Amino acid sequence: MIEEKFDAIVVGAGMSGNAAAYTLASRGLKVLQLERGEYSGSKNVQGAIMYADMLEKIIPDFREDAPLERHIVEQRFWMMDDSSHTGMHYRSEDFNSDRPNRYTIVRAQFDKWFSRKVREAGATVLTETTVTELIQDAYGKVIGVRTDRRGGIVHADVVVLAEGVNGLLGTRAGLRTPPKPETVALAVKEMHFLPQEVIEARFNLRGDEGCVIEAAGTISKGMTGLAFLYTNRESVSVGIGCLVSDFAEAMESPYALLEDFKRHPSIRPLLEGSEVKEYAAHLIPEGGYRAIPELCGDGWVMVGDAAQLNNAIHREGSNLAMTSGRIAAEAIFQVKSRRDPMTKDNLILYKKMLDDSFVIKDLKKYKDMPNLLHTNSQNFFMTYPQLVSKAAQNFLHVDGTPKLDKERETTRAFVKARSRLGLIGDAFRLALAWR
Amino acid sequence: MNAIVKPAQDVRVEDKLFQNRYLVDAGRPHIKVAPHETPSAALLALTRICPAKCYEQNERGQVEITPDGCMECGTCRVLCEAKGEIEWNYPRGGFGVLFKFG
Repeated sequence: MIEEKFDAIVVGAGMSGNAAAYTLASRGLKVLQLERGEYSGSKNVQGAIMYADMLEKIIPDFREDAPLERHIVEQRFWMMDDSSHTGMHYRSEDFNSDRPNRYTIVRAQFDKWFSRKVREAGATVLTETTVTELIQDAYGKVIGVRTDRRGGIVHADVVVLAEGVNGLLGTRAGLRTPPKPETVALAVKEMHFLPQEVIEARFNLRGDEGCVIEAAGTISKGMTGLAFLYTNRESVSVGIGCLVSDFAEAMESPYALLEDFKRHPSIRPLLEGSEVKEYAAHLIPEGGYRAIPELCGDGWVMVGDAAQLNNAIHREGSNLAMTSGRIAAEAIFQVKSRRDPMTKDNLILYKKMLDDSFVIKDLKKYKDMPNLLHTNSQNFFMTYPQLVSKAAQNFLHVDGTPKLDKERETTRAFVKARSRLGLIGDAFRLALAWR
Repeated sequence: MNAIVKPAQDVRVEDKLFQNRYLVDAGRPHIKVAPHETPSAALLALTRICPAKCYEQNERGQVEITPDGCMECGTCRVLCEAKGEIEWNYPRGGFGVLFKFG
């Protein structure tokens, strides 16, 4: 296919792959990026929220031409039971700054833009090319890739595995194990189109302001899961995701779950009259710190979802992807500048730099959360949302019952559902995992 | 409290997939189910949890796949590849689902 040898091959054109390819090419390295989709972005699925700070570190003036939807001024977290939601909302005029911190984006459009930047930086981007195998020498060092193009072997000093959550190539080459059902969530989402002014009226927005709703509770039917609703300029992304192991055990259909969420009385009016233009599904790494595979070896580094770098608690993924891609590229550039070989001993610099960044620090902080939420999913996603809803209703329903009696009734409901020891234990375990 | 949400078991995934763009690699399915007499619990679960409903039981109770509407998420691989119940690959370059929005 291509006779020449590259400094680096980047497999995949998602957030981490584009960040790596852009950074490498900008530093003057000879880069080949391979993407199996028709165009960069055509296989990528995200909610999607994009974090400005992490993109600024790669493309400082991205706001000039990146396709951004809305900057987020309001965050709502809803705890839901079947007929209610108890909400925590935060909205601030301070989010209307010159350089907003978070934006909603539409990935296919954003990725096309990012890919253009990668090409402009000097990388060769080859789409419609599926990498089928990593090529290793007799000592196991990765020296290139095999693609499904005719005669499709390409060599490079280092391969950046930005292949996404499934990590197919890494698994086949024995560099990692495949994701496990309890460490990945299956999320499904739909794109609902509505006129701009309707979105602005329904979500109390002006101009480019955006709103995000994240919701948990009985909507996931006892499974560990989260639903979301993000406002784009002329569309609303609506989705729900739960652990694959929970789906398999509960035998729930993901699209029926999404349909139930859309029909919830708190959500339905927000989507009324919309036109659905796409239905997508994707896996999300949820295993946290303990699920991170080896990040580098002889001739390769692993970045983004492929390295399971996703902060499930804060629902951050694309920023960890971009940052790991950038840092991997910077490490490779340093090794290259020293004219050192791309061995594990040298590439470990990437891991060291990542350990010092927010990426690993944050994942380490929440290392016990995935397990806690998974083993207590009935309590956290069914029992507590129902109790909280009942407590709120009890508090707000005025019927002549003395307030003291109402409070006692609420306390009794909590104790009855979880016992005093259970309540203390849940609070303690949560605090411990959060620490 | 009354549950006023009716379960959405009536929803047809075909209507959802109809919105999507695909380039099907005719005659070269990227996922195959290994021959079996009785499906395992995991294989059977796919008939419910595959988000594109690609897996269905035939009249003999065996699980079959038609991956035309596959969104390439990898759920079935995570559940069934390790035990050799399915063979899972990405479609050839350019084929498969093409997300307009993603």
